Amino acid sequence: MTVTVYVPRDSAALSMGANEVVEAIVQHATKSGQQVAIVRNGSRGMLWLEPFVEVVTPNGRIGYGPVGIADVPSLFEKGFLHGGDHPLRQGFVADLPWSKKQTRLTFARVGVTDPLSLADYEANGGLAGLRKALAMAPAAIVEEVVQSGLRGRGGAGFPAGIKWRTVLQTAASQKYVACNADEGDSGTFSDRMVMEGDPFLLLEGMVIAGLATGATEGYVYLRSEYPDAQVVFATAIERARAAGWIGADVLGSGRRFDVHLRIGAGAYICGEETAMLESLEGKRGMVRPKPPLPAIAGLWGKPTVINNVMTLASVPWILAHGGAAYAAHGVGRSKGTLPFQLAGNVTHGGLVEVPFGITLKELLYDFGGGTASGRPIRAVQVGGPLGAYLPPSRFDTPLDYEAFAAAGGLVGHGGVVVFDDTVDMRKQARYAMEFCAIESCGKCTPCRIGSTRGVEVIDRIAAGEKRDANVALLRDLCATLTHGSLCAMGGLTPMPVMSALQHWPEDFAR
Amino acid sequence: MRGLANREPGPRQTMYSNKVIDHGTPARTAPATVSLQIDGVTVTVPVGTSVMRAAVEAGRKVPKLCATDSLEAFGSCRLCLVEIEGRRGYPASCTTPCEPGMKVKTQSKKLADLRRGVMELYISDHPLDCLTCPANGNCELQDMAGVVGLREVRYGYEGENHLVQAKDASNPYFTFDATKCIVCSRCVRACEEVQGTFALTVQGRGFDSKIASGPTNFLDSECVSCGACVQACPTATLMEKSIAEQGQPDRVVDTTCAYCGVGCSFRAEMKGNDVVRMVPHKDGKANHGHSCVKGRFAWGYATHPDRVKKPMIRSKITDPWREVTWDEAIAYAASEIRRIQGKYGVASVGGITSSRCTNEETYLVQKLVRAAFGNNNVDTCARVCHSPTGYGLKTTLGESAGTQDFDSVDDTDCVIVIGANPTDAHPVFASRMKRRLRGDTSRPGAGLIVIDPRRIDLVRTPHVEADFHLQLQPGTNVAVLNALAHVVVTEGLAKDDYVRERCDLGDFAKWKAFIALPKNSPEALEKVTGVPAASIRGAARLYATAKNGAIYYGLGVTEHSQGSTTVMGIANLAMVTGNIGRPGVGVNPLRGQNNVQGSCDMGSFPHELPGYRHVSDPAVRALFGTAWGVPIQDEPGLRIPNMFDAAIDGSFKALYVQGEDIAQSDPDTRHVQHALESLECLIVQDIFVNETAKYAHVFLPGSSFLEKDGTFTNAERRINRVRKVMPPLAGLGDWEATMALAKALGYPMHYDHPSQIMDEIARLTPTFTGVSYEKLDRLGSIQWPCNDKAPEGTPVMHEQEFVRGKGKFVITDYVATPERTSQRFPLILTTGRILSQYNVGAQTRRTQNTAWHAADVLEIHPHDAEQRGIQDGDAVSVVSRKGDTTLRAVLSERMQPGVVYTTFHHPESGANVVTTENSDWATNCPEYKVTAVQVVAHAKKSEWQREFDDFADRQESLLPKGALKGEAR
Repeated sequence: MTVTVYVPRDSAALSMGANEVVEAIVQHATKSGQQVAIVRNGSRGMLWLEPFVEVVTPNGRIGYGPVGIADVPSLFEKGFLHGGDHPLRQGFVADLPWSKKQTRLTFARVGVTDPLSLADYEANGGLAGLRKALAMAPAAIVEEVVQSGLRGRGGAGFPAGIKWRTVLQTAASQKYVACNADEGDSGTFSDRMVMEGDPFLLLEGMVIAGLATGATEGYVYLRSEYPDAQVVFATAIERARAAGWIGADVLGSGRRFDVHLRIGAGAYICGEETAMLESLEGKRGMVRPKPPLPAIAGLWGKPTVINNVMTLASVPWILAHGGAAYAAHGVGRSKGTLPFQLAGNVTHGGLVEVPFGITLKELLYDFGGGTASGRPIRAVQVGGPLGAYLPPSRFDTPLDYEAFAAAGGLVGHGGVVVFDDTVDMRKQARYAMEFCAIESCGKCTPCRIGSTRGVEVIDRIAAGEKRDANVALLRDLCATLTHGSLCAMGGLTPMPVMSALQHWPEDFAR
Repeated sequence: MRGLANREPGPRQTMYSNKVIDHGTPARTAPATVSLQIDGVTVTVPVGTSVMRAAVEAGRKVPKLCATDSLEAFGSCRLCLVEIEGRRGYPASCTTPCEPGMKVKTQSKKLADLRRGVMELYISDHPLDCLTCPANGNCELQDMAGVVGLREVRYGYEGENHLVQAKDASNPYFTFDATKCIVCSRCVRACEEVQGTFALTVQGRGFDSKIASGPTNFLDSECVSCGACVQACPTATLMEKSIAEQGQPDRVVDTTCAYCGVGCSFRAEMKGNDVVRMVPHKDGKANHGHSCVKGRFAWGYATHPDRVKKPMIRSKITDPWREVTWDEAIAYAASEIRRIQGKYGVASVGGITSSRCTNEETYLVQKLVRAAFGNNNVDTCARVCHSPTGYGLKTTLGESAGTQDFDSVDDTDCVIVIGANPTDAHPVFASRMKRRLRGDTSRPGAGLIVIDPRRIDLVRTPHVEADFHLQLQPGTNVAVLNALAHVVVTEGLAKDDYVRERCDLGDFAKWKAFIALPKNSPEALEKVTGVPAASIRGAARLYATAKNGAIYYGLGVTEHSQGSTTVMGIANLAMVTGNIGRPGVGVNPLRGQNNVQGSCDMGSFPHELPGYRHVSDPAVRALFGTAWGVPIQDEPGLRIPNMFDAAIDGSFKALYVQGEDIAQSDPDTRHVQHALESLECLIVQDIFVNETAKYAHVFLPGSSFLEKDGTFTNAERRINRVRKVMPPLAGLGDWEATMALAKALGYPMHYDHPSQIMDEIARLTPTFTGVSYEKLDRLGSIQWPCNDKAPEGTPVMHEQEFVRGKGKFVITDYVATPERTSQRFPLILTTGRILSQYNVGAQTRRTQNTAWHAADVLEIHPHDAEQRGIQDGDAVSVVSRKGDTTLRAVLSERMQPGVVYTTFHHPESGANVVTTENSDWATNCPEYKVTAVQVVAHAKKSEWQREFDDFADRQESLLPKGALKGEAR
């Protein structure tokens, strides 16, 4: 009897040797005369357990991890193909508390299915949203998304339905959907995990966006640092096109929507939506002033839906189950779920999809299990390199857009990076300026010159040079950056700097 | 007379101010408007106008650095931030469009802090050498630092910076000093948006962002030195060397460029009587603030040491020149003319007017010939360039001029460029055209069809690519045009309603039957033209189905044995597709010289009085006869080639040539030399001792465009004012010298100022009735016809009906040129221009433009070169049945195999030793574009070139010692 074994093809698993583990399993199985069928799935998001190997048993999938090649002989010895006991055995995957505590709407299939199997996708709820959308008028699709309360998951949190409505209502000979997959924020990986673990989901979301707005061409702008995602997603596009899911005749409806993959060239700024448009057009990745809004004059001057991967990936569920069902999750004006990404100095790093409203504390301790070093948490940066550093006193803040803004932070793309008490917050502030200096496109003056000056001023503070005057200058510089910059890159760089200065002034005084 | 030349400065002369109002962003032209409040002032502007521009309209200024009204808003400097009621943050006023009811604050404490914060960052990376900086007094960064009240730079100057970088001084005219760069990208955007060359870019990102012209330096880059970047630079980063050397100007005079037929308006920026800079005028209606390397920078010839400052005479061309007074020179010239007329008859003398002189001067020379010489022996250099345009357009449409203004190209949807190379020869208009070809987010670019034997730049240049390049065999223009028209007629693409309403139907029926003949099909003509029939069909469909189709053409159309036929073929094609009589369409000759249109308008042809009125018309003769007080001859006089023939025959003995170098520019040089040697009195009036002057007996020193008042008429019939910015170096303007000659001949003319000449032209010429200097000063420029029907001029002609009434279709049978390739002469030589040099090069060779083009070369396809064992850079002999000359070969795939190319910017190149006596059947315009030649590797100068060198040396030795240097060689 052939036993099905799941070994993730997710980059995180690969970086921990998943391919070598597959080789070892196949070799051992051959040697011992056992039949195994390897399925390369996405990651369940329990990154500390990668490579996380699952075997299918009559009673359910049983997980083992983290599996190294050295563990393979003993796993065979202990009969892991039949769920045998082993120190790495984590039990039935469905019962693991990490999974059970989550509300996986967007990530429902990630880790469960073969990402490139059309049949798997459809058998597990795929295409339901698209089929519904095909029977709806564009305006009705838009209203469903408006009703869901879905907000842009890239960081800005702009209501997706409202954006779509603008594109729908702008008459044009050609419209586009541009998916921002330039996931450059440190400590974030949800876009990548979907593109590697459930790529058809993103395609389905894009097609729905096209149907809703009248766009017939979609572009995915993927960062070059994601070569595995590129391979999986490019294959997914080919298979979806061959199956008629995308292309000239979407699911035989006579409606067109095709998708093209474009790879970035390593510039963080190209994750800014207008710089991404420039780059997609083959130009130097520089920020465009707004207006015009891309929804009215975007890619090649045409109305363009620009959404992040997560936003578009949320759409099929909304269409399948209704906007109201999605809006039933979450709190306040932050509806639905957000796939948070736990990283940094944390015991259980990985992906956690939960409704908005969970507190930082729950995320850090209930899911994350505290620091990996075992030392107390001193600071957490939420929302990527431009997000605020928050001290433990703010850990009760519920994770929703408004509450976080009120606490001086931003939810952003849902990245959470943990630091223990050995962190030097002045260095973190300096790093924020340095990051801006490295990644600034150089178009606007505050960001172009200000970021470099920021590093220098903090260095002078560190050197004890006219400390008070330089701290005052740093504050002024941050004001110039915040209010004077052309885009969020320069505009938000002061957030980590000022939060560090606010919560840990002592680090700037030594 | 001198007193006359030193009249009060014109009204356009103002004290210099660098504070030209800059609205920050370009004007919008939407008919709908919005009203908003700026600092409490209500202002109403067209929809799409930026808050920044509206603020200027409201009398408020928002600080700015990256914005300037020649470029689209960019939003990078962040000085122009404002507060808008109900909006978060501080939007940039340059990129924020006005909305109804908006309430904008341009000043607040917070804005002041932000602006100062930004300026503090700028200055933390900028040299503090304002007092010794060439931009001192004219620097926007300096101004803005003052405006925002920057008092200290708390960052210090020890941080990372760009203060140590080498200056790029490779361009002859300007420097690039990166230490002063604020990375506003105005130069990059000017190169893209205004010039369309895309030579500049920003290299690196963030703090490392640097303006780059390519891997090496400006001179070796794609830069065409148009000056748009220098113009756009707000600091001393891109700076004219002349300003660095001489300092900022103290006064400015508006005038018109004296190079090509685009006729760009310039502000001559002066210090005393010295030009320190020529700056394209924003209000110039031909150029809208743009320029090219010639007009912008290559004006140094005007004060070159070679300029002749004293009249000279000699009795034989082997005698040394003798410097004399104006009175003596004029008296001698007049006595010679009278002596010769006495001996050989009234018709034995004649004159040639100049397309480089003013309308007024040209008018005076033809008046001198007709009234004082008493014959019609006057011609002009248009004979050798656009005479077929005059003939062809007069015949078909009724007026000898282009139908549009330059702005018309903005409204076109399909452009045909035939026999023209605008990016080299009419660069400022080419930039305009390229802008339309590129399109923008609101409109896709216009279609482009290039009909040219060479792959000119326009065929493929950044962001522009021709839909069709019909790479025809030289000499087959008529065949290609017939094939295009055949497709239009036989595929049902003709605009029958238009033709029915506006054209002569009898002529049309005949033409239609002719053009539909199978012999005119693209398939039948493919063998003749070398152009695939499918391309012809595609191009015809593109042009005929475009909403607005426009044809632009140049000397590649006219300088053929069928030049006039080609012009009429173009008019036929435009009429049958309904493409004449509104903006965006038309037939547009691109004129070579600054005033070639004007010299033709002014009656320079032997058969026409001013306004293109035939001398055989008694009413016209009576009008001029009465006004001039002498009878006008009723027989047309000699054309230039007839003058040469008559001189060799011995019936034509004296010639007055103003500002035209026939010895270099006219074809079959040996024949021309022979003719000139046969004259008993050659009077040359020029600013330099040119090739023709080497055969002269009287030399009258000419005045440059900077030294006199007058008008030039450009290719769009636009009359532009030329204003005197300095006194004539030799004491007299050309018009004054002509008057003196007339007086000495017993025919005194009475003008105190060129404006009075224009008044006379207006009185006598129906298309100029409404023209006056007063009106030119008021309107800036006027496109003729300007009369009671069109008091402010006529941008687009033939709007209601054709000038001749009904448009006339003319049958255009293709007749091959007699100039054919053979075993002896298997290649076709065609000639043209390049960007940095102008015409015979007398001006541009005396500027640093020689950095780009120091010598004429022979362009040859690598295949033809390979067959002849010719390597790139080899000296080769170009031989035709007329003569031979030696040039350096440049291998180029711009050529098609079988066709070679050269220019005639340098006299010693002898391009016209090779060209033939063939000419247009109707107008004698020489066939410069088709000469059968052989090319062989040959390291030695040709016999003609050795003779040329000897003659030039001998002539140089005959010049007064120390007075001037000889012709630069």
